[in-house]
Amino acid sequence: MSEAQVHKRANEVKARNKALDTITVGAIEASARAVHQRILKRGKPDLHFPIRSLKNVSYSEKQGYFTIGKHKKTRTLTVNTVKNFAQTLRMMGLSKELVETNDFATKRDAYYQSKNWEEARFGEQSESDAVMDDIEALFSVDGVSREQLRFIPDEHGGAVAGNLVVLDPDRETGEVERIDCTRFGSGAYSIPSMVEHLSFETDAKFILAIETGGIFQRLQSHKFWQSENCILISLAGVPARATRRFIRKLSDECKLPVYAFVDCDPYGISNIYRTLKVGSGNAAHLSQFFCVPKARFLGVTPQDIRDYELPTHPLLEVDIKRARDALKNDPFFKAHKPWQKAIHDLLEMGVRAEQQALAMWGLNYVIEEYLPNKLSEPGKFLP
Amino acid sequence: MSQQESFAFAAKSAGGRKVKAARKSAKASAGAGKKAVRHASTGARKKTTRQGPAAARAARKKPASRHKAAPRSRATAKEMARKQRDISISEFFAKNRHLLGFDNPSKALLTTVKEGVDNSLDACEEAGIVPDIRIEIHQHGETRFRVALEDNGPGIVRAEVPKIFGRLLYGSKFHRLRQSRGQQGIGISAAGMYGLLTTGRPVVITTRTGPKKDAHHFELKIDTRSNEPKVKKSEVVAWDKDHGTRVEIELEGGYRGGQHSVDAYIRQISLANPHAQIEFLPPNAEKNGDAIVYPRVSEELPPETAEIKPHPYGVELGVLMQMFRDTRSRNLRGCLQGDFARVSGRIADEICKRARVKNTRRPGEVSRDEAERLHKAIQATKIMAPPTDCIAPIGEELIERALRAEVEAEFYASVTRKPAVYRGNPFLIEVGLAYGGNLPGDAPVVAFRFANRVPLQYQQGACTITKAITATDWKSYQLQQPRGAMPVGPLLIMVHIASVWVPFTSESKEAIAHYPEIIKEIRLSLQECGRRVATHIRKRKREADEEKKRAYIVQYIPQVAVGLQEILGLSDKARAQVVSNLTDVLERSRRM
Repeated sequence: MSEAQVHKRANEVKARNKALDTITVGAIEASARAVHQRILKRGKPDLHFPIRSLKNVSYSEKQGYFTIGKHKKTRTLTVNTVKNFAQTLRMMGLSKELVETNDFATKRDAYYQSKNWEEARFGEQSESDAVMDDIEALFSVDGVSREQLRFIPDEHGGAVAGNLVVLDPDRETGEVERIDCTRFGSGAYSIPSMVEHLSFETDAKFILAIETGGIFQRLQSHKFWQSENCILISLAGVPARATRRFIRKLSDECKLPVYAFVDCDPYGISNIYRTLKVGSGNAAHLSQFFCVPKARFLGVTPQDIRDYELPTHPLLEVDIKRARDALKNDPFFKAHKPWQKAIHDLLEMGVRAEQQALAMWGLNYVIEEYLPNKLSEPGKFLP
Repeated sequence: MSQQESFAFAAKSAGGRKVKAARKSAKASAGAGKKAVRHASTGARKKTTRQGPAAARAARKKPASRHKAAPRSRATAKEMARKQRDISISEFFAKNRHLLGFDNPSKALLTTVKEGVDNSLDACEEAGIVPDIRIEIHQHGETRFRVALEDNGPGIVRAEVPKIFGRLLYGSKFHRLRQSRGQQGIGISAAGMYGLLTTGRPVVITTRTGPKKDAHHFELKIDTRSNEPKVKKSEVVAWDKDHGTRVEIELEGGYRGGQHSVDAYIRQISLANPHAQIEFLPPNAEKNGDAIVYPRVSEELPPETAEIKPHPYGVELGVLMQMFRDTRSRNLRGCLQGDFARVSGRIADEICKRARVKNTRRPGEVSRDEAERLHKAIQATKIMAPPTDCIAPIGEELIERALRAEVEAEFYASVTRKPAVYRGNPFLIEVGLAYGGNLPGDAPVVAFRFANRVPLQYQQGACTITKAITATDWKSYQLQQPRGAMPVGPLLIMVHIASVWVPFTSESKEAIAHYPEIIKEIRLSLQECGRRVATHIRKRKREADEEKKRAYIVQYIPQVAVGLQEILGLSDKARAQVVSNLTDVLERSRRM
């Protein structure tokens, strides 16, 4: 890439981030203005929060993820809510200040910030967390995520390796850093807590999201991303917010399919994969930012257990309960026939198999045989 | 011993007929005493078993003697007969003092005070005198106390004094069906005997029946063998009281705090007897001036109660048979009609007919079988409820005034129910509540139980009053209540049952038995008081809410304005506008 191209790209990144911030500040100001107007008219101002419960969630096949319904609860400013109202407004003010100074705050940071809010200070972090959750839900309606509000989680995301350049503008100088994810040797790039400001350059064909650190390390060490031209991302169990958002942004911006490679058990299917792809039921207002609708299930499938004669463990009672629950109650699985068949299969066999069970046929069998076989027919992946 | 009596310090003395009745009962109880002697000898037997299995075997074959039984040849029936002898009631009681409430030193002290105060109150009321009672406890050693009880009652005529204080089972109230205190078994003479047994000191009595009469001073001992008083000293003295009685008893005792204490008793007796002025000089008070005074709340004596005849529904078979033997009527019809409440000639005929017994039968000749048929017939016959003029409540107004004088609280409520009936016995329930103020808010509520104005301090758990309190849903009256337990909160509950016959669970007379009619009446009165307390608590809560509202407005509205200023970059003037507008809107709003 030429110097000029790099420069142009960097400017694009900056412009786009600025536009996002404008939206965020605009949303905050619009809410505050509505409250102010109402007060000037001697009325009682109110805020409308989407109701966060399974009853207000539906699975949208068109969008490919859980969406929150139209039901809202209205919080009117009364004597009992005046404290909460004041704290919500002060927290919104903090968010605006963070955006304007290009800074961020964790939940703990925000709690301590409140200590100089006089009467509006929080006594416990749980109180400030609850207000933060409220604000997140409030602005999710405007398409603004918590990370855009500059409130970031404490934990960082998973590891990344492969054909990817991450463009990361420096917070202080604005200088855009180019991070080449092929150049970490036997290590890997670690997804930061906040990914909103990142941009990407890649010519990879797909993203492989891997449940366990063991398989990720094996594929990375053998430069699997080179032979298959892909990006490897470790999920480390149920993926953290940052990991999910990173995969989502990457797949959206670079139009990459995402293939999930997880254990073949109800936890891998219904918790890890389902959460990655469509979001979780009780945080449906976040799905629009965090889910990865382009994800497909590469394996390990129940059919693989038969085809590759994998060693298995019997399903535990919790596994069976989880699988039955998925069949009966989960709108995602209910919408996809192939999944129903697969889960029925699994229940019938009464067993589960881990990714690493493939090592039975040789440590590198997964690289040399299993994945190439699977990747030759992406059409067969489960939805 | 269930209906043993306390003895009034009554001037009008137990007249001829009543004395006879009392003597009769003394004889009857002596019979019961014999049975108990056998129990006593069981105790002796147990002693012998310690000497070895052979001795035990031998002892089992023969009645125990009081000497240490060494193994010896078997007794003949003749020898055994020689050892049998009468036992006096006094002697029996001396060995069974726990039956009278003298189980342990601290209870003995409490019982002594109780017996004296009960007697004084009953005597004063009977004589129409508003009672002034003084209780002194002097401590003479670690476990040695001298109790002095003084009243302004009618006094006792000279000739009666030795009998009343020196003899057990002598009194005026035993055979009357009437609301009176008569609480702890055989009363003040038992306390005197306890003192004599533990300290060897005589009972000292000073009494005067009127300003123109002499005051008499006695020192008495009881001969436990003969149940006869022994007068150690009797003289005329000068006394500054116009009429009244002072009794002094020295005894082994214990002075403690807590719910079983003398202090708790005096506090409660003053609550239930607002017409009495009570002075209490506790052992730790050095001078006379340190007496605690529970002032009189009302000058009015409780209304005099009528004596009633037993209602047929409440009479047990044995009692029924006894009544047939004792009656003066010559035929059954007359006996039923004359000796029972609410039995007319027509009802008497109906009972006889149902029992297939001729109504002309001589009551004394009624057989056991016939009596049993009559007893059943009574239960099957519809008889009007007994008259209720025989019970006197404390009254709603007086309960509330007594509570106000005694308990510092912010709200008081009281309910006096109409009389009701259980098993033919009229009774009446009263409840008083005090809420808030100095009462502790995080402890289970205090429940004071009273039967005929006498506090019940022991066996709280076994009492139907406790049961009725815990069975009431206090949560709906704005109080906390762990499941199946006493409610928790700043509340004091007093429950009074007044009846001609209070059903106690046992001889110790500390707990009321569970009769559904009684539970129902208690529950209804608790609910009535509970509703009033709930109204008060809700009102207080509303006021507190108002207070909170004002505080909230002052505290947080400026912060709302600061938040808006930060986000929208308002001027300070615009911020002040927000504060004034919002304050205005919220203060006018009724919604919280």
